[in-house]
Amino acid sequence: MSMLPQLFFGYFAAAIILMSLLVITRKNPVHSVMWMLLLFFHIASMYLFLNAEFIAAIQVIVYAGAILVLFLFVVLLLNLKDELETDRFIGSWPAGLLVSVAIFVSLAAALKSLVLGQSGNFTVALVQKITHTKALGQILYTEYLFPFEIASLILLIAVIGAIVLAKKRMRSH
Amino acid sequence: MVPLSWYLLLSAAVFSIGVFGFLTRRNIIIMFMSIELMLNAVNISLVAFSHYLQDLRGHILVFFIITVAAAEAAIGLAIIIALFRNKNTVHVDEMHEMKG
Repeated sequence: MSMLPQLFFGYFAAAIILMSLLVITRKNPVHSVMWMLLLFFHIASMYLFLNAEFIAAIQVIVYAGAILVLFLFVVLLLNLKDELETDRFIGSWPAGLLVSVAIFVSLAAALKSLVLGQSGNFTVALVQKITHTKALGQILYTEYLFPFEIASLILLIAVIGAIVLAKKRMRSH
Repeated sequence: MVPLSWYLLLSAAVFSIGVFGFLTRRNIIIMFMSIELMLNAVNISLVAFSHYLQDLRGHILVFFIITVAAAEAAIGLAIIIALFRNKNTVHVDEMHEMKG
């Protein structure tokens, strides 16, 4: 039996964890954004590895292409020179470390009692035959049509909200 | 074949890193990026579950999570711009108007 899938997973898991750590520890936010870009590409590869082509594509287009560019714009727009002289973590960072380690340990401990539910109809062979995008679209536009419409409403509200929040207040007098 | 628990452990690790970043960084932009990290961790576990259960509903959920994350990023960054305009800082420990 070939070890190739395990090797692939090992590389991507190690890279994802390393880059996540780099994202939250860099002093300069621009560096954080750049590491996050690389991280999102690795996560997209992980999705490809799990036979989710469409999800991998929107991960690259929406996360890496839209959200991170937005982050980069804001970081470059704000003047963050004094950022580089202050401490990066708050004084009580060991408490934060304790909380995050506790969350990891409890999630890992819960893994032992995991029982998978009943398998669905979309086997790998079926999805390969009708392609992932088509299979996803068939569910999205029938069973999940109403949530899909709500998602468009959420995006509309986000557009209006972002403009209202970020626009300069006019002085009334 | 890679077992499902490996993906779930990876997801838990990335989520914890996101929690750590959110709790301990001073810079509100990095805190915001930690939230995106946590969302991505959940997405990894959803896609992994979906693959192992041979069901596409996890992918649908990821689709909606990415939509909401985009909306959240737009609103959140607008709030950061408004905060920076008023306070001239992105450090959360200098924002104490609400006495929280």
